[in-house]
Amino acid sequence: MALWKPDPTFYPSPRMAAEGPREKLAYAGVFNPDPSNGKHDAMCVIDTDPQSSSYSQVVGRVEMPGVGDEIHHFGWNACSAALCPYAPHPHVERRYLLAPGLRSSRLHIIDTKPDPRNPKIVKVIEAEEIAARTGYSRPHTIHCGPDAIYVSALGNAQGGGPGGIFLLDHESFDVLGRWEVDRGPQFLGYDFWWHLGYDVAITSEWGTPNMIEAGPDLDLLVQGKYGHHLHLWDLRRRRHLKAWDLGAEHQLVLELRPAHDPTRPYGFVCVVISTKDLSASIWMWHRDKGDWDVRKVIDIPAEPADPALLPPALKAFKAVPPLVTEIALSTDDRYLYAACFGTGELRQYDVSDPFKPKFTGAVRFGGVVTHAPHPKAGALNGGTQMLEISRDGRRIYVTNSLYGAWDKAFYPEGIRGWISLVNVAPNGTMTIDPDFFIPFTGERPHQLRLEGGDSSSDSYCYP
Amino acid sequence: MTGAWPWLAVAFLGAYHGIDPSMGWLFAVALGLQERRRGKVFEALLPIAAGHLVSVGLAVALIAGAMASGLWILRPLGATALIAFGLFRLWRPQAHPRWVAMRVNARDLAVWSFLMASAHGAGLMLFPILMDMPAGAAGMPAMHHHHMPTIAAHGHLGLIQAIAVVLVHTGAMLLVMGSVAIAVYQWIGLQILRSAWINLDTIWAVALIAAGLLSLII
Repeated sequence: MALWKPDPTFYPSPRMAAEGPREKLAYAGVFNPDPSNGKHDAMCVIDTDPQSSSYSQVVGRVEMPGVGDEIHHFGWNACSAALCPYAPHPHVERRYLLAPGLRSSRLHIIDTKPDPRNPKIVKVIEAEEIAARTGYSRPHTIHCGPDAIYVSALGNAQGGGPGGIFLLDHESFDVLGRWEVDRGPQFLGYDFWWHLGYDVAITSEWGTPNMIEAGPDLDLLVQGKYGHHLHLWDLRRRRHLKAWDLGAEHQLVLELRPAHDPTRPYGFVCVVISTKDLSASIWMWHRDKGDWDVRKVIDIPAEPADPALLPPALKAFKAVPPLVTEIALSTDDRYLYAACFGTGELRQYDVSDPFKPKFTGAVRFGGVVTHAPHPKAGALNGGTQMLEISRDGRRIYVTNSLYGAWDKAFYPEGIRGWISLVNVAPNGTMTIDPDFFIPFTGERPHQLRLEGGDSSSDSYCYP
Repeated sequence: MTGAWPWLAVAFLGAYHGIDPSMGWLFAVALGLQERRRGKVFEALLPIAAGHLVSVGLAVALIAGAMASGLWILRPLGATALIAFGLFRLWRPQAHPRWVAMRVNARDLAVWSFLMASAHGAGLMLFPILMDMPAGAAGMPAMHHHHMPTIAAHGHLGLIQAIAVVLVHTGAMLLVMGSVAIAVYQWIGLQILRSAWINLDTIWAVALIAAGLLSLII
């Protein structure tokens, strides 16, 4: 149903998005790590309105119809990119959440209206249909584009490569086909995003389904076989332009965070681990005199630890790798946050000058050795993982699990899922919210989406 | 006023396209903002107007050619096309050309504008006006007489008249589009989109259907 005026949650520019009303609800994709018990993954609704009597509680829940989905980076059907001038469709609603099952390859369309606290599943696209129409499987990340819904996928139906991107019609949710016209040397896939002002897309590399689904493979890691490239694409012509090899020791090139301002031609990507010294790093790509380049801008060293306290996989190293598996960039492009799944740290950098990030502070949740506590819950396990920053940059929602098969390697005792909140003062100071803590029993929340958009849901065509 | 109204209607439709953000001014503003240069807004306007002109020009030529055949079926046929197109726009309001992105040259802009105007049925809407336009050069507003036979009765649309229709339409479009683009770029800001971008597509679709019905009745 077309609206009479643009959806009020569409903002022409990131600055206007930051000035919008605060989120009163959040949606959390919740993973059930033990499908053998017949339990389903779920989409949970979290009350994030401090004025509400049910603040910081789960107030709604819809379960996926199948089992074993492992819901990953879900997204909206439409967002601020609908205002882009060359293909405007401003009168659609931000209404449906598209939740991909990274294990099952099923794609769930969830309607958040008329009652946002009571979402309903309205359509399920089966793995077979995605494979038949695109050749892909293991859908991972959803982004609402100016002209279609884009979905990244890790590989093909047999568990091999290549991984890539496919498109969905943003009205009917029909699977349209694979996005790439010419993929060049790109084989591994994971995340993708774009610079709408420059007609380029960036993609990153994890591994094919066969390389990841049994857990992290130490042999592949040591041999440098997991992803260590970054790829640049022509967004309009769907062609590969350039690949950067970050070095085989830089394993697992994951989350991509381009600047939200479409005139700023730079962005950040995290590398989970260096096989040389277990450090993590953050790299910045940027446009320089018409050409694009990439450089390392942040190094995060491993923390030495007593082997007795380490899980079997890490004992020999006598250290905890930071494992930066997630980064997030505030909507105003001022602060970059790095989630260290290994040490539990949430690190903040001032990236006003993207070439020279300044470390400005850290808080800690859980961690392999530290089990850093929450005031409301005591010692935590799992570690800081998925981050979602509110549009105004004042709140960061945090969850503590990565991917079922990989959680085990670092937290063999099993992860007890939770959602926490970090408040960010106008001067940037971070504090753990002592009242906001949502524990889950036998389930692991992963990605969150905030009502009306958040810092990783929308892209903009106007500065 | 029987002589002047078709020209006013032609200009009004041009102005309507000029004010519609999806037909050009918003693209010009976006390109200006991306380069942080007001001159870029002006540079973008002319190719956009040129693409619109070609689209409307082709439609007018088609209609004029059909009129020259003098067949009675022309009116019901054109009316049906208007109604069918309007219904399509209501059924698939989000159907739009997916062709360019933000890095565009003048040729890209012109082709984009041509596609947007054509997909919108910008020229088609002129059909009922052309049918009721006073015939021949005498129909020009400055020289109009009362009780002139209309085109439909008389049978053909003069070349000069056809060119004038296209120019008046596109000129009005360019004037309004340029004024809105500069006002938004310079003073108003894009916040206006959030409140003022009403669903012109639905209005337009209803107008197409209404025009089709009217040209059947009259």
